[in-house]
Amino acid sequence: MTRTLKWTLLAPYMLWIVVFVIIPIALIAWNSFFDLEGRLTLDNFVRFFSPTYLKMSFISIWYAFLITFISLLVAYPTAYVLSRTRHKQLLLLLIILPSWVNLLLKTYAFMGIFGMYGLVNAFLSLFGIPAQEILFTDFSFIFVSVYIFIPFMILPIYNAMEEMPRGLIEAALDLGASQWTVIRRVIWPLTLDGVKTGIQAVFIPSLSLFMITRLIAGNRVITLGTAIEQHFLVTQDWGMGATIAIVLVLMMVVTMRFAQATPRA
Amino acid sequence: MAEVPIIRFENVTKQFDDDEPILKHVSFELERGKFYTLLGPSGCGKTTILRLIAGFIQPTSGRIYFNGRLINDVPANKRQVNTVFQDYALFPHLDVFENVAFGLRVKKLPEARVRDKVLEALRFVNLQGFERRKIHEMSGGQKQRVAIARAIVNEPEVLLLDEPLSALDLKLRTEMQYELRELQRRLGITFVFVTHDQEEALAMSDEIFVLNNGRIEQSGTPRDIYDEPINRFVADFIGESNIVPGVMLEDYLVSFGGKTFRCVDGGFHRNEPVEVVIRPEDLELVPPDRGLLTVTVESLLFRGVHYEMIGRDEEGNRWLVHSTKKAQVGETIGLDFEPEDIHIMRLGESEEEFDRRIEAYGVSTDDANA
Repeated sequence: MTRTLKWTLLAPYMLWIVVFVIIPIALIAWNSFFDLEGRLTLDNFVRFFSPTYLKMSFISIWYAFLITFISLLVAYPTAYVLSRTRHKQLLLLLIILPSWVNLLLKTYAFMGIFGMYGLVNAFLSLFGIPAQEILFTDFSFIFVSVYIFIPFMILPIYNAMEEMPRGLIEAALDLGASQWTVIRRVIWPLTLDGVKTGIQAVFIPSLSLFMITRLIAGNRVITLGTAIEQHFLVTQDWGMGATIAIVLVLMMVVTMRFAQATPRA
Repeated sequence: MAEVPIIRFENVTKQFDDDEPILKHVSFELERGKFYTLLGPSGCGKTTILRLIAGFIQPTSGRIYFNGRLINDVPANKRQVNTVFQDYALFPHLDVFENVAFGLRVKKLPEARVRDKVLEALRFVNLQGFERRKIHEMSGGQKQRVAIARAIVNEPEVLLLDEPLSALDLKLRTEMQYELRELQRRLGITFVFVTHDQEEALAMSDEIFVLNNGRIEQSGTPRDIYDEPINRFVADFIGESNIVPGVMLEDYLVSFGGKTFRCVDGGFHRNEPVEVVIRPEDLELVPPDRGLLTVTVESLLFRGVHYEMIGRDEEGNRWLVHSTKKAQVGETIGLDFEPEDIHIMRLGESEEEFDRRIEAYGVSTDDANA
């Protein structure tokens, strides 16, 4: 392929990347150095290290961790069983299907289910249990987040399970390993790359959730994502919003490095 | 002789779902310290037998004994057998040392013991110095050795080998045949080797089981099976054969190709229709007037060690001849052979009937070749 042809083929996407990826990130970085009055300053970054924002960061990381961890806890055995069933394609489709439905729609559906007069409370009342506040709790926030993110955890782990030669499990059993040893010493290390990919796919978006925190957690959980939204839309402090966004980007870079799949020949 | 067989199958049937059974009422015994080969075409059930011994699958019916103990319900990880898998099934995330150490670590042996035994096993398969190599850095033949070391380090009483040489090239395969045979002698344990390669089976085994369609067609030493195949399938599968229809006029007298010949087989009815087997290398090329049979050469191939000729006799039977002498296509040649070279197969005879008849009438193979 000639150089000209290569560049001609690449040009449309290159243009896209420049206009919608590189320039916006540069603009955010640029904005993070200006205060409300439009003065060039490093104040925003100093402010980020104040207790308010550090606590917010901690909360964001903590919830993202919880969401990722619970997703993994549910997804790993699911992927394992899935790779061993007869009707893989159908079950896989059922797992992916919810991700085709609009996110907002699903979130509203959960408001209906968890609400004071929702499905869960209606069911509880059958047993004479008074209505509980389920919506606007940590539980509902994490539950809904896990529900939304779990396909992205299951899929890479499932793929890793499928890629693993089935004979290895028999080989381990043949060498006297118990089922638990097989999982610990063969299946887990060989699917670790899938787990890492899944962690990336769930942890990174979880860090900057804002819609679910608002609708499901009722703003009780204030994450960095919520803060960015507030700064840009309510307080109009674009500089601070941009600063948080930059810090989030840096956090994601760190996560990517940490959870990077180890290359294997 | 009264020793308990290391493995005994009693009327074992294996059926997956509603398919035709892959094994049909198979019974056999394996003695301690011998090299056994399960030989047959793909789908004959040979690998199923291996997997039943390993414990990866359970028989649908019948009993499997190990050292006289019923092991139908003993899981794979509790059996005193180890397997060398067809694709080696080495753990890609572990190095050579850790692959071999796997079984020992499962048994929680002390570190020093693990080290000693792994190094010894690697020395056994000539892989000293490869301890820290990654699996993907090893060649096919080396992986093969790692797989063998990983199995024998556990000191199994039976080593199962599932077509372990099929992925290797011809030269390496022949080398490994010698090595495996040698290894079995040195270890003195029972080997059960699965293959579809008859040459491999003949070269390595103490005893061969020829399987077809979920049944054992014949079992015996390589010589027995080669020289006295029980039926058309075995004769065809083990080496190349001329199989022509004939009639036993009386014991030790057979007629085929329009002529009558003396032979060494007995125990037949008068004028019983039979199948006659003569191996292509037993046919000697002679001038037409000196031949017991005369054939017209139809094709000629140079095979390296010999010429392969196909001729046709007056009755239209095809004769495959292996000879270092060469004939021209279209030429009429004579074929000479000894009465011992003729092997008679009774139609539809079972292995027990066959053995009984051979014992009563047969000149044993060794006598014939003495």
